[in-house]
Amino acid sequence: MSTAQAPPSDLAPRVLSNDPDDHETPHGREEEWRFTPVAKLGDFFESGQRGSVTATESEFVTMTPAEADPSTVEKDAHWVASDLPSALARTNATSIVSISIPAEREVDDIVVVDLTGSEKLNYGRIEISAGAFAKATVVLRLDMTTDVSGIVVTDVADQADLTVLALYDGPRTSRHVWQWATTVGRDASFLGLAIALGGSIIRLQQNVRYAGPGGSAELLGAFLASDEQFQEFRIFVDHNEPHCVSNVVFKGALSGAQAHTVWIGDVRVRREAVGIETYELNRNLLLNDGPRADSVPNLELETGDVVSAGHASATGRFDDEQLFYLQSRGITEELARQLVVRGFFVEVLDKVTDADLRRDVIRRIEERIGMDAIEQQLTDVDA
Amino acid sequence: MSTLQITDLHASVVTDAGETPILKGVDLTVESGRTQAVMGPNGSGKSTLAYVIAGHPKYTVTQGSITLDGEDVLDMSVDERARAGLFLAMQYPIEVPGVSVSNFLRTSATSIRGEAPKLRTWIGEVKEAMAGLQMDGAFAERNVNEGFSGGEKKRHEILQMSLLKPKIAILDETDSGLDVDALRVVSEGVNRFQEDSGAGVLLITHYTRILRYITPDVVNVFAGGRIVETGGPELAEVLEADGYERFADLAKA
Ligand SMILES: Nc1ncnc2c1ncn2[C@@H]1O[C@H](COP(=O)(O)OP(=O)(O)OP(=O)(O)O)[C@@H](O)[C@H]1O
Ligand SMILES: [Mg+2]
Repeated sequence: MSTAQAPPSDLAPRVLSNDPDDHETPHGREEEWRFTPVAKLGDFFESGQRGSVTATESEFVTMTPAEADPSTVEKDAHWVASDLPSALARTNATSIVSISIPAEREVDDIVVVDLTGSEKLNYGRIEISAGAFAKATVVLRLDMTTDVSGIVVTDVADQADLTVLALYDGPRTSRHVWQWATTVGRDASFLGLAIALGGSIIRLQQNVRYAGPGGSAELLGAFLASDEQFQEFRIFVDHNEPHCVSNVVFKGALSGAQAHTVWIGDVRVRREAVGIETYELNRNLLLNDGPRADSVPNLELETGDVVSAGHASATGRFDDEQLFYLQSRGITEELARQLVVRGFFVEVLDKVTDADLRRDVIRRIEERIGMDAIEQQLTDVDA
Repeated sequence: MSTLQITDLHASVVTDAGETPILKGVDLTVESGRTQAVMGPNGSGKSTLAYVIAGHPKYTVTQGSITLDGEDVLDMSVDERARAGLFLAMQYPIEVPGVSVSNFLRTSATSIRGEAPKLRTWIGEVKEAMAGLQMDGAFAERNVNEGFSGGEKKRHEILQMSLLKPKIAILDETDSGLDVDALRVVSEGVNRFQEDSGAGVLLITHYTRILRYITPDVVNVFAGGRIVETGGPELAEVLEADGYERFADLAKA
């Protein structure tokens, strides 16, 4: 396996290699693991009897045995595994789920991919590619009952326009550790949406780089953590090309004394990345006392010659004045809370342009915050 | 016929620093079809009175009572008070990000009326109410109070009032932040609402300007947390000419 030289940056992954032996086993003291409950992920750091994540084949979706696939040879050494679980997944997955949108193909229907696993813990190896000038929306549905250690490699070719929505909505017992590595081509657009609702542990390392100038990457997230859920989102945007754009918006709502979320937004702007625009935002809404939300934005600017570069991070209590205002219009406290929570996510959900998909995502969020009652009342009358 | 009866009301604001008494014995009756003006200097406790009636959690009532048609208002939650027929047009309306005006209005109307209004008639109802206040239809798609100008906020409050049709409406400085044209439009909206519904209005204001458009039956001067003088509309003219200075001593009493 190829080992790439880690670039000299505080924010870049320290080790990039698909060979699990090149990665040390995390203990929890390492910078990139210090928030994660590593003790609950022991099996993610060891080889063993694992299954592989599969999907049903369709027009754009194929399953290939990992050995037979020529792309096992690295196209791009930069985006190999950046940690041990993804290196294990990359090396040991026995099959690859490939989602390929041919060049110049504009796909109107959403490409829905339901991922499933057979064993208690499964390796997931997903490869998504959009050819030049292609346009598509892919939904990865991770309603899985099993645990997954996975790696998603996404390649957006020149001027392609790709949206990938990953929906983590499995039962409260499942654990997910994923690395998602995306390369954005010249003048291409990538919209990555992570919607995290289920699972006991979700850890998502999302790495983005550009393969040419003029690319745009939007990374959005909406997460809802309650009870004992742990959710961690680590973003690394490597501005390695000029005149590119990155926009990161992650919003989380937390409730319950044990809920814990982590958002790390690392953006590196290299010396050659002149004329770029970058903005990252994390906002967390604490619905009651107790939950913990860690939020760390890091912006590393190696050039001052940028159009704009900024970040913002805020974690706040539920605003009682909003509640009072809504209640003073006859709305019950419970419904007022739900309205405020839904409103909080609107900024992210509005980016889901497909109406049916947006409705599905909103419905899932509302189920989590118990909002069905009034909606039902309203739609019954409209029918 | 509805009556909001406020008797010997004492209330304090609760802050981290402790409790500070603000209302010091307010007696006031607001009845259907009638308009009570409450006028007073800055910081005299006018908004506190409005908030206490609406049930804002920051204030505690230490003495006295508020009833609506004999029912104990102080015993009701904020939303119960609204459903009982009380409405407060706020001096500083609150932004609710991500909640559209149209969704907010329909959810409120559903809560107040006890059933969701039929979509078709509802759309007509909202359009008409907005037109009456010279509000653009695009307004409905914006988020509640987010980025609204001062005047837009006040129109939006009166819009809600006309759709929710309370028995008793409390208007806290609805005139502030309005230019002359807007003041006329909003005042006409209030008058129309009162004519159509016969509601009682408690009109809180610092300036006499709005009283040229909305004629009060009674004018109360509020100072130091209580009503210090009561009279007819002519009292407003005295205030216009002399200001609140001569009530400063009464307030301390
Ligand atoms: N939430 C609060 N926290 C601290 N002090 C408060 C609070 N609400 C009111 N007060 C204090 O109580 C007093 C009365 O305030 P209130 O807002 O009721 O006056 P007002 O008559 O409405 O004034 P204005 O004409 O400026 O609107 C003021 O001294 C004010 O500072
Ligand atoms: Mg006031």
